[in-house]
Amino acid sequence: MRLFCRARMRARGLVAFLIGLLLVQLVNACSAGPQAGDRTRLTIATVNNGDMVVMQDLSSQFEADNPDIELRWVVLEENILRQRTTTDVASQGGQFDVLTIGSYETPIWARRGWLRSLDGLPAEYDVDDLIDPIRTGLSYEDTLYAVPFYGESSMLYYRTDLFDKAGITVPTNPTYAQVGEWASQVHDPTNGVYGICLRGKPGWGENMAFLTTLVNTFGGRWFDMDWQPTIDSPEWQNAVNFYVDVLNQYGPPGASSNGFNENLALFSTGKCGMWIDATVAAGLLSNPEQSQVADRLGFARAPVESYPNGSNWLWSWALAIPATSQSPEAAERFVAWATSKEYVRLVADEYGWVSVPPGTRTSTYENPDYQAAAPFAATVLTSIQSADITNPSPLPTPYKGVQYVDIPEFQAIGTQVGQRMASALTNQVSVDQAIAQSQTVAERFMRHTGYIE
Amino acid sequence: MATKQSHRWWIPLLGWLVACLLFFPIFWMFITSFKTEVAAVATPPQLFFRPTLENYVAVQTRASYFNFAWNSVVISLGATILSLLLAIPAAYAMSFFPTKRTKSTLLWMLSTKMLPAVGVLVPIYILARETGLLDTRIGLVIIYTLINLPIVVWMIYSFFKEVPKEILEADRMDGASTYQELVHVLLPLALPGIFSTALLSIILSWNEAFWSLNLTTFDAAPLTAFIASFSSPQGLFWAKLSAASSMAIAPILIFGWVSQRQLVRGLTFGAVK
Repeated sequence: MRLFCRARMRARGLVAFLIGLLLVQLVNACSAGPQAGDRTRLTIATVNNGDMVVMQDLSSQFEADNPDIELRWVVLEENILRQRTTTDVASQGGQFDVLTIGSYETPIWARRGWLRSLDGLPAEYDVDDLIDPIRTGLSYEDTLYAVPFYGESSMLYYRTDLFDKAGITVPTNPTYAQVGEWASQVHDPTNGVYGICLRGKPGWGENMAFLTTLVNTFGGRWFDMDWQPTIDSPEWQNAVNFYVDVLNQYGPPGASSNGFNENLALFSTGKCGMWIDATVAAGLLSNPEQSQVADRLGFARAPVESYPNGSNWLWSWALAIPATSQSPEAAERFVAWATSKEYVRLVADEYGWVSVPPGTRTSTYENPDYQAAAPFAATVLTSIQSADITNPSPLPTPYKGVQYVDIPEFQAIGTQVGQRMASALTNQVSVDQAIAQSQTVAERFMRHTGYIE
Repeated sequence: MATKQSHRWWIPLLGWLVACLLFFPIFWMFITSFKTEVAAVATPPQLFFRPTLENYVAVQTRASYFNFAWNSVVISLGATILSLLLAIPAAYAMSFFPTKRTKSTLLWMLSTKMLPAVGVLVPIYILARETGLLDTRIGLVIIYTLINLPIVVWMIYSFFKEVPKEILEADRMDGASTYQELVHVLLPLALPGIFSTALLSIILSWNEAFWSLNLTTFDAAPLTAFIASFSSPQGLFWAKLSAASSMAIAPILIFGWVSQRQLVRGLTFGAVK
């Protein structure tokens, strides 16, 4: 009996210890606030790409200049970041003070009141220096809700050695008819060179980013003014047929699994004659440490078929402050610093002009040092300035966005349509079938979400 | 007899082949971590190359590996201990004092594993926010305990079922209490099984990525968040990602290697009587 009592007491002691441990942890968890001693803690969610890594490295300079602020970095893969920040902002989690978001999310989130407006930035920030289309893309009802960290459009990259050998001269504004012809001329698979590389990996931000610009310039659009999907239109048919034909005839094997990074790897190792993709690749391809074709690189504006506006996309990664931030004043100081002219100069001093974040400020492109370091600067600036998010198609659209549609449902619709397009590329279904299935999918989504009856 | 044995030469060969096939991705990840970024994406893939440690240096410079690793250790051990504390009494009751609803309770517990995690993301997130458990280790310990509990209960239940009831009846005849029976008789008998269950629970907690990425930001982020930070939307990243992944799996790989004998013993516990 005594043994039994002792055992029970021991068990009770163990339970009490565990409960105590839980309570201590809970109290600890509850008391953890944004203040660390005298310093304000800012939690910054961002993606892992070259420019963001540079920002992380240089942020010690910001902390030195602002000793009352401590920065905490949460670096995540793009899709995880999108899911993580959306969950937090939508459910008022308050875990982040600064968010890295794109020009797709900014107006949608601003409309829902999830972001703080950035209209109170100091005069020395010089908001008017931000490149116009980029600034428009990050605004909602003429109010700025995010500031661009870098911006990009799309353009054509080609191998000058192969084009010289084939006797091809690339004009400033090439057409898709020319691109198809050039692809056949430089296609040499026996020597491991494919005529053209394009995005084939399914996803609204992958193959559909490129395909949407193609549809735009072929004269098509995603939705008519009543939000009725128009994927089964002749313009879509022509654009998708061109895409599938040119990639199947002159593209690399397994093109349906190639996204930006895969094509970057292919082009930089000399496997592609041409590539149409983000302007941000220009810096990476011009860097001899990362690219075997740095000295044989040519670039031109994104090709056009019949309508120029929607042929090159517009995207920016920007810094925004969620409405739930517990330290909005400190957060605003940080986003202003990270997107300022001074920051651009700091990057130039530390890493060279070619490494400064592109596509955000007019002053960067006016700088002769940048022009000398980045021969692609003029093409990039013209591409960004010519992108018109309000008129992406020759036909009127109820939405904004060149390579996306600014409604929350587009991520799902775009990705599902992207999967059908990838199926057409691998000949699992015909182009006609892929288009019919895509139209059905888009109609179903729009009906379920109440856009159409 | 000799003819029979000579016919079986292919069985170990097949075993080696399957083992090599399973190990190949880990091997490839490991050697990729010593390549440069350009060499990592080279076609055809390179088996022989000049090794470099630059990726490990870059990974350690960019993120504090030890903070993430410590969180992983605390969370997976905490979740495993809590799971065992809850599962052992539950499995004991269900093994030796079954009721007519025991089977359906066990099946119901397993059915909770069938719901896609993302389906309950928002409710769990709001609960964690309201209780102040966002970005805390205790929050993840509770979640992992709940995730692993069905499997842990099922495994311990099946191990307890292997213990002959007569042994327990004998100790009860000698006047042992429930606690004494559980601690001094049943647990030592089922120890290999409990050990392998604990090991499995640690591995599952260590590798879990969905909740760790969604419920943590900085303070409680484990190694899965560490790996996720090295995948890049733009630019080459395979070599650095391989280095980060090799560093993330190294502790659990070593732990599994050291305890493989106990693991195999536990998993084959009661297979031959």
